[in-house]
Amino acid sequence: MRLDVILRVVTKFILPFMMVFALYVQFHGDYSAGGGFQAGVIAAATIILYALIYGLNAAKRIVSAALVEAMVPLGVLIFAGVGVVGWLTGLNYLDYSNLAYDQVHGQEWGVFLVEAGVFITVSSTMVAIFYAFAGRGRR
Amino acid sequence: MRNLFAVAVLTGIYSFLMASVMLVLDAPDVALTEASVGAGVGTVLLLGTLYLTKTDEARPIHSVALPLFVAVGTAAILIFGVTGTPPFGAADTPVQLAGPDYINRSLPETGIVNVVSSVLASYRGFDTLGETVVIFTAGIAILMLLKRATPPGAGRKD
Repeated sequence: MRLDVILRVVTKFILPFMMVFALYVQFHGDYSAGGGFQAGVIAAATIILYALIYGLNAAKRIVSAALVEAMVPLGVLIFAGVGVVGWLTGLNYLDYSNLAYDQVHGQEWGVFLVEAGVFITVSSTMVAIFYAFAGRGRR
Repeated sequence: MRNLFAVAVLTGIYSFLMASVMLVLDAPDVALTEASVGAGVGTVLLLGTLYLTKTDEARPIHSVALPLFVAVGTAAILIFGVTGTPPFGAADTPVQLAGPDYINRSLPETGIVNVVSSVLASYRGFDTLGETVVIFTAGIAILMLLKRATPPGAGRKD
């Protein structure tokens, strides 16, 4: 699709709004519908759309395959690590109440970090799967 | 229908319709997930698979009797199971009893307005950790299957 001018121009207009919407779904998930999973998929869709229109190599210059593959386990580690913090401070695993000076703020911080972990794993996994499919080429 | 391209597009449309149904059922979180995963990324991955293979389904070698029997049998079991569930919106189901408890506890205990978020990430954080590990596992499984067989230089052309 490298020669399709309309698609290329419209994509450039849409991409920043898609990314902002992904961040909105991520950080506004405490107040409205959404969370790490949905935001991760939308962020991955942004990269995938860019790769579809501008080619796989252009997308890999922005988000390299090595970065994506490092992010896949990183999100799980963040999620599990937040759980371990609750454990080390004398609470149950994945109890966030001791993460800040009182229980409510601890819970808010815990949910924020956990959703960030989900976002990292989901977005990078979707992009990694797309890279794996698109990188093979037709034979 | 033998054209798999049309099947992939129809699957996306079906996901989008299901997202509308979720929205009608007052579940915007699920609707957002269904629309983005089912209609968005899922369709792209199906089309990516079609790019690697052929876009027309091959003629089946064996008779369709056994698959048809399995499909009809599974559907019959599922429909039989649905008849045992309480009627839609019934007030005395466990869902309706646990719901107000979470709604009352969420804001004072976690400071999070969206109860779905607080239940997913805090009250049932272990579930969500499991889901994240499932996605992680699926991701590395696909990478192991697809990346190993890539010949050098296959990803060069755009």
